[in-house]
Amino acid sequence: MRRAALMIVAALALLALASPAPAATPQTSITDVEDEVMCPICGTLLELAESPQAQRERVLVKRLIAEGRTKAEIKDILVAQYGRAVLALPGNSGFDLSAYLVPAIAFVLAAVGLALGVRRWRRAANPPGHGGSAAAGGPQGEDAERLEADLARYDL
Amino acid sequence: MSARAFLAFFAVCAVIGLLGFGLLSKGEAKIAVGEPAPDRVLPVLGGPGQGSIADYRGRWVLVNLWASWCIPCRQEAPELDRFAQRYRKRGVSVLGINVQDNSDDALAFLREYQVGYRQLRSVGDERSAAFGSTGVPENFLVDPRGRLALIWRGPVDRDFLEHNVVPIVEGRP
Repeated sequence: MRRAALMIVAALALLALASPAPAATPQTSITDVEDEVMCPICGTLLELAESPQAQRERVLVKRLIAEGRTKAEIKDILVAQYGRAVLALPGNSGFDLSAYLVPAIAFVLAAVGLALGVRRWRRAANPPGHGGSAAAGGPQGEDAERLEADLARYDL
Repeated sequence: MSARAFLAFFAVCAVIGLLGFGLLSKGEAKIAVGEPAPDRVLPVLGGPGQGSIADYRGRWVLVNLWASWCIPCRQEAPELDRFAQRYRKRGVSVLGINVQDNSDDALAFLREYQVGYRQLRSVGDERSAAFGSTGVPENFLVDPRGRLALIWRGPVDRDFLEHNVVPIVEGRP
């Protein structure tokens, strides 16, 4: 019994030693940041820009990466240095939120408008009093007789 | 007004509002000689405190917009420093405004080119836009009343300063 308990304790100790260390924060890479920030003067993404200002911005990002900063920290520092125009994507709060909300609302409104328009168009094509049949909407009286005569003449 | 008419009116107003906002937010400032110089209180580059063009009321001040990555700024900065030293006692100052730059690079630039005149810092291009700037460097001579006396969208050298700036500050035609 005592031997079994010792073996369990030893096994647990081995497991504890073998268990991996807490996951380290993955290091940010230059490519990971470059496609989310702008070269404000060039008006393009930093990854596409080759101007002197873009090169200095890239040097700053590389230095911050070397210091072990996270992507969020790097973005905060870039905003402090170059202003909000350095961010390629609008933020998810305040007025910036409208960049995401307005297209979504516009899409819903357009879809509702289209649905209402189609419904109205179909109603206009088939008015309620006409039963919706093609015959009811066809020629009547003399027109019908003339149509029959023409069809007979052409043997259709 | 029916609900449909109200919706249509609302949609038209929204579109016009968005277009107007877009035009206004992208509009460039127009400045001209004789008009008040665009001014705003800015932090001192690399140091405590703040400053503005208004601090120089009663003196002539040559405002220089620059950035450390700007190659012509490297040739211009030492010349401006010499000009600042030469004309300080004659009521003329030079004020640098660092724009579109990061502060570490800007401070390294000042050390490298031994620039001693006062420096303010504008984050991003807010000040460049206020001056209707198209690039760096650009220079603006502001008179003792705070009005623009000269607008020069490019680098200056000794020759330019002697022939274009000095006659104005000395009241020579």
